[in-house]
Formats: sequence, C-alpha cells, structure tokens
Amino acid sequence: MNTGDEMPTTVAYPEPVLRPIEVTTSQAGADEFAARTQDVKISTDRVSILYGEKVAVRDVSLTIQERSIMALIGPSGSGKSTFLRCFNRMNDLIPGASVKGEVCLDGENVMETDVSVVELRRRVGMVFQRPNPFPMSIFENVAYGPRRRGQNDRRKLDELVETSLKRAALWDEVKDDLRRKSGLALSGGQQQRLCIARAIAIKPEIILMDEPASALDPIATARIEDLILDLKKEFTIVIVTHNMQQAARISDQTAFFYIGELVEFGATRKIFTNPSQKRTEDYVSGRFG
Amino acid sequence: MTASNPAVGRPAGPKPSLRRRGSRGSILADHAATVALWGTGVLVLVILGAIILHFALAAWGVVSPSFILGDPSRTTLGGVLPILWNSIYILVLTMLIAVPLGILAGIYMSEYAGDNIATTAIRFAEESISSVPSIVVGLFGLILFVDDFHWGFSALGGSLALTFFNLPLMTRLAEQALRAVPQEERSASLALGATKWQTIRHVVLPLAIPGLITGVILTAGRVFGEAAVLLFTSGVGTPQHYNFLNFDLTSVASPWSPFRPATTLSVYIWNLNSEGLGAFKTQIIDGSAAILIAIVLIFNLGARFIGRVLTRRLTAA
Repeated sequence: MNTGDEMPTTVAYPEPVLRPIEVTTSQAGADEFAARTQDVKISTDRVSILYGEKVAVRDVSLTIQERSIMALIGPSGSGKSTFLRCFNRMNDLIPGASVKGEVCLDGENVMETDVSVVELRRRVGMVFQRPNPFPMSIFENVAYGPRRRGQNDRRKLDELVETSLKRAALWDEVKDDLRRKSGLALSGGQQQRLCIARAIAIKPEIILMDEPASALDPIATARIEDLILDLKKEFTIVIVTHNMQQAARISDQTAFFYIGELVEFGATRKIFTNPSQKRTEDYVSGRFG
Repeated sequence: MTASNPAVGRPAGPKPSLRRRGSRGSILADHAATVALWGTGVLVLVILGAIILHFALAAWGVVSPSFILGDPSRTTLGGVLPILWNSIYILVLTMLIAVPLGILAGIYMSEYAGDNIATTAIRFAEESISSVPSIVVGLFGLILFVDDFHWGFSALGGSLALTFFNLPLMTRLAEQALRAVPQEERSASLALGATKWQTIRHVVLPLAIPGLITGVILTAGRVFGEAAVLLFTSGVGTPQHYNFLNFDLTSVASPWSPFRPATTLSVYIWNLNSEGLGAFKTQIIDGSAAILIAIVLIFNLGARFIGRVLTRRLTAA
C-alpha cells in the first residue's frame, strides 16, 4: 500500500526514544543498557503458545519500554497476532490454546492463575483489526468500559467520554450527535478512532493494536498513525502490522516474527537499515513475505 | 497495491461477445431455479392467506360482540370469552415459566457449556422431547399433576406440561439466537475489562433479541394451538360464566386461579368437533377458529413490535 502522497505530517523515521543498541563494551553502552531496563513495561520470557499440538509461537523473549511503540511485523501466520493476545490474555478465550512461559507487566507475571483477567484487561486495552463498535450510540460505546466498572455518575461519564473522544481525535466530528448517532453509522476510520476512544476511556497503561489500519483507506490510515504517535506520550503501545512502512513510520522498536519465532527485535531504525539476521533483511527489503 | 495491467491474462484472438450468455441448459436451469424458489416462497404466503380467508368467510356473521362476550349459560351461539380467557391465561402462564428457563438454558448452552457429554445429552434430550407425540406428554402430565399431585385438571398443570413440551424448543432457539451474535462483539466487551456476565447481559442478549423473539413466537404458537397436551392436564369442558372480580386464587371458581380446570380454544374446538351436538356446532367451531387465528396473528405482530422497541432501547441504534 503506497500512502506516500497522502502523508502530510508523519515523518518516515521518527526519532526513536531509545537509541539502537550498539554492540559495544564501553561503559557508556552499559549505562545506556541499564537505563533502558529501568523503564521496561512489559517483558516476556520464553513464551510459547500452542493451539492443541500445533505450536503457533515458540520461545519468544522480548522487552517493551514504557511509553514507546513496539511494532510486531512478519508474514501471515508468523504468530505476531497470537503473541499480542497473550498480553491481555485474550488467548484464554480460544478453546485448546495454551500459553507457556512468563509475560510480565511491571514485573508481575500475568500468566499466574490468580491474576484477574478483568483487572488485567483494564490495564491493557485492545483495538482490533476490524473496527468493532457496539451497536449503541457513540456515547454509550465510549462509556461502556467505565459503566462496567460501576461508573454511573452522569457528569463524570460526560467528562470522560469527551476527553476520550478528544484524545482519539474524534470529538469535533461527533460532538453534535453523541447520543443519537450509532457507532455503526460512522465511517470505517471514524469507527476505529471510536474504538481507540473506547479503549482509552478505561484508562489503560498499555494499548494493544492488532493491525488497526488494515481495513482502512490511506487517508484514514494516516490519521490513525498520527493518533498512535500522539498516544505514545501517555501509553505503551504494541502494534501488529503487516505494513512495513507503517512499522517504520511509527514504531520505536520492531520485532520480526517468522513462523512462530522471534527472529530479532531492536530499534526500528536498526531493524530496517542494518538488521543482524539475514531473514530480517530479506523480509524488510521485500524479498519474501 | 499497484494497479495491475488490464491486458495481462486476456487470451489472444477475437474478443468474446458480451451478448453470449452461456449454454442453453444453464440458462434454463437458472430460470427454473428462480421460478421454483419464488414459487415455494409464494406457496407459504398462499397457505397462510387461504387459511385466514377460509375462516374469515366462515366466521362472517358468526363472530359478533355477543359471540365473544355473551353469557355462555344463556346464549345459544357462543359466549366464548371464558374459553378465550383460558387460552390467554395458559399462554401467559406457560411463557412466564418457559421463556426465562429457555433463555437461561440457552445462555448456558451457548456461552458456558463446551462440547462435552453433558451438552451432547442435553441436545439429545431437546430433540427427543420435541419429537415425542404431544399426547404422550399430556399423559405424563395427567399422571404427574392430576393424579400424583392431586391437583385435578388445572391451568397450572396444563402450563407445566406445556413447558415440558416446549422448553427444549425454546432452549434450542435461544441458543441459536445467542450463537448468531458475532464473536467479535464478545471480544470487544471482554477486552474492555467487562466480566463474562456483563458481556452477556449488555452486549450478547441485546443483540440476540430478534432471534429470541422468534423463539418466543414459535413457542407461543405451539402453546396456543396445542390441544393434546391440555386435554389430559387442564381439562375439557364448555364455557362457564366467570366472575372476573373474584380474585380468590384458592377458589376453583375464580378465573385468576391457576388451580381451576381451564378449557382452551383449541381443546374446545376439538371437543365440539368430535363430540359436540347442538344446532350451532359448525358456526361455533368456525367462529372460535377465526378468533384463535386472529389472536395468534396479533400476538406475533405484537411480539415483533416489542422486539423492535426493545432492540432500539437496549442498543440505541
């Protein structure tokens, strides 16, 4: 998908928050590594995901920094979406799926049996591939999460819905018929921003996005990408994309998956310009996938 | 996505004409399928129309205010209000029992139960009970409620027997209505930190309302039209004068009591037709049948209307 012409604002390679890891033995390098590990938001340790006997993801260990964007890339069937769903344990819903290994959120393993998935999902929001607003009004869509947590104070809900819609850059387009218009009456791009607003309204720390722009046209895609870059100020974002330009444009770090394995991960600039693995280079240069 | 070259893949040679429409056989088959499918669809309408028309004509001049409201002990023609009342009473009582139970069981089957021995057994039971002849269900009701419980013929016994008969259907239809709700709606709700029950209550059930209403209508139709089950459980009789101001639920004379015998319209029609004497037998049967059909139509349209209002209220769509 060539979106070059419709991309007025986004920079091809946003300055990564964290410099690429240089292989170095100097003290400066070690200090930088220490600084990096301090604000790790998510870390996984040898995560494997099986559907019955079939291994979908094998031994994936990676770390994701707080308030950064991590892109998971790879060809179809590489396990990146499956891996994404272990952060909010949506894999629990798939019969026969089992997850091994550790997924730590702020150092706490979310795979433990006594972890409440309801609490977990309130800290880890999710936006799906196909925009999926509820068949309710725009207001009720955004208020859905807070209401389920027992928030029924009208004024607080009004405020929360407004800030969430503003944050998702949708407020100006919908403020006049919040309560009358169904979420399904919006355009595809607006629906996806509504879904982002709905996720923001539960005040998560992390937002997972599973190919959030793949069903959208280039202009709507550009708006979503701008929004994601903006959301990085507050949230840690993990995004699955099969669009490599998108990963290059918005992410700080990129992880390349291939047939269920994590081939490599690191600073986006390094993955796209100087990957250490041959398979990564072949993929990002378009030789397969 | 690059624009593909339109010339690629086109075979060399003269361009095929757009006017050619495939072989004669396939065109014929296409037309035949269209006519056959359209025809069967129309047939359904024609059958319904014929039934309505027949009884509307037969009941013309029979159904009058006195046919319904007349005092059955004095009028010679009609006075079927008590019978009509019993039909509606048993319908409402049965639906009050069967619909909530059916929806709860449907929720269990759709949302909670996996594929295991229990659900296989439940499905087998659903299909078996639904195919047991209703007269057998009536006999079972006779043994259980009339004899063992010493209730005698009663509206409640009839309603419970009808629940036995209809719960499997209601459960199956509720399960199907719930399963038809797209999985992504559930995922969206769960991903927002809603619990499973919150998801069912606020997303799945509202979206399933049209399907649930269909279930209610089909179940209600079977209740309203059922004669065999009620013959042995709520009893057979002729219209008797009811005092609607008698609210003493323990009194067998009160039309509000669930423990009184209650002849319904269908049973009444059956009884008149098989054993009735009297000069106006045919007219009473035709009039009662017309009323039965009218009530069923009103109930179906009303249920659809309520379903639409409920959907709008719950989803604000």
